[in-house]
Amino acid sequence: MKSNEIFERLIAEFPEDIISLNEDENSESFIYVNPRNIVEIMLFLRDENDLFFDYLSCLSGVDSKENLTVVYNLYSIQLKHRITIKADIPKENPSIATVEKVWLTADWHEREAWDLIGIKFEGHHNLIRILNPYDWEGHPLQKDYKTPEYYHGMRVPV
Amino acid sequence: MGFLDRLDKGLDPVGPDIMLGTVEDLLNWGRSKSDWYMHFGIACCAIEFMAVNAAHFDLMRFGAIPRASPRQADFIIISGTVTLKMAERIKRLYEQMAEPKYVFSMGSCANSGGPYWEHGYHVLKGVDRIIPVDVYVPGCPPRPEAFLEGMVQLQKKIRHQEIFRKREKMSPEDLKAIEDRKIEMEKQYQDYLADQKLKNQEIG
Ligand code: SF4
Repeated sequence: MKSNEIFERLIAEFPEDIISLNEDENSESFIYVNPRNIVEIMLFLRDENDLFFDYLSCLSGVDSKENLTVVYNLYSIQLKHRITIKADIPKENPSIATVEKVWLTADWHEREAWDLIGIKFEGHHNLIRILNPYDWEGHPLQKDYKTPEYYHGMRVPV
Repeated sequence: MGFLDRLDKGLDPVGPDIMLGTVEDLLNWGRSKSDWYMHFGIACCAIEFMAVNAAHFDLMRFGAIPRASPRQADFIIISGTVTLKMAERIKRLYEQMAEPKYVFSMGSCANSGGPYWEHGYHVLKGVDRIIPVDVYVPGCPPRPEAFLEGMVQLQKKIRHQEIFRKREKMSPEDLKAIEDRKIEMEKQYQDYLADQKLKNQEIG
């Protein structure tokens, strides 16, 4: 299925939540969606017979200065097509529903996005840091992150 | 001067199979030729270290045998990027090793932070910030030959170490304390003898 066909299917089902389609010859096309109904959209993408996105290749968080973005790279192993879904969330309250129940893979990916970018995934069963130490302060891949001077008595900057 | 360096100078004229040396030389010789190591591989350098250890470069011909426990190791090899999270573990492992102990820092990351020198919020800029390093092997990653050169340097260092404190290097106060202690022990011994004599007389 082509990305514009996927977009048509989505906009027919969720007319209010699908924002735009960006088609790009050289990279993957992506669809901006409203984070409000993300779980329903994902379930639809997974369960429809002609979409059948049975594989979440990657879930990442992005800090684009104005707001934070969650990026879902989906792939259908059976139908061999792919699509990227993006959802913008405000910096003041960076929270979005978890898709852990849709694809189990999302569990650790969401923990990583929480650890490094600081996106809260509502409903996640175990949202704790995954890479940084548990007592680390802040989310290091945010644009305005300041490297700490010391960590447990060890000097961090050069 | 190490034991082997004496060998280079030829044997003493004292006899055909007599070699003069100190106990310290002998011990250092043994220590330098059989140092067991604990390998702490954290990143890509550890892959290179596998090559050092494998048949082609064969680290074991230097008498270095891998140990899985810090308590049996003479030196520890830190090969890779030391993150702040790992740094605490490294420090604990180092503290668990028995003296005398040595540290090998392999690769730019362990030496100075390497590619994470400037922007790594999570990387310790050199493992020597938490434990004392004896040998630095530069490179990203170092060639196995570079590592073997480091091994030779470590052996050289061990061979020339003073494990007994040299008396002439002691301060006068220390020397006087030793003399006092000797006199005291002699006195205790004499007292003990006198005591025994007295007891024997009583029994007899
Ligand atoms: S020095 Fe280079 S090869 Fe070694 S751990 Fe660092 S980045 Fe990897």
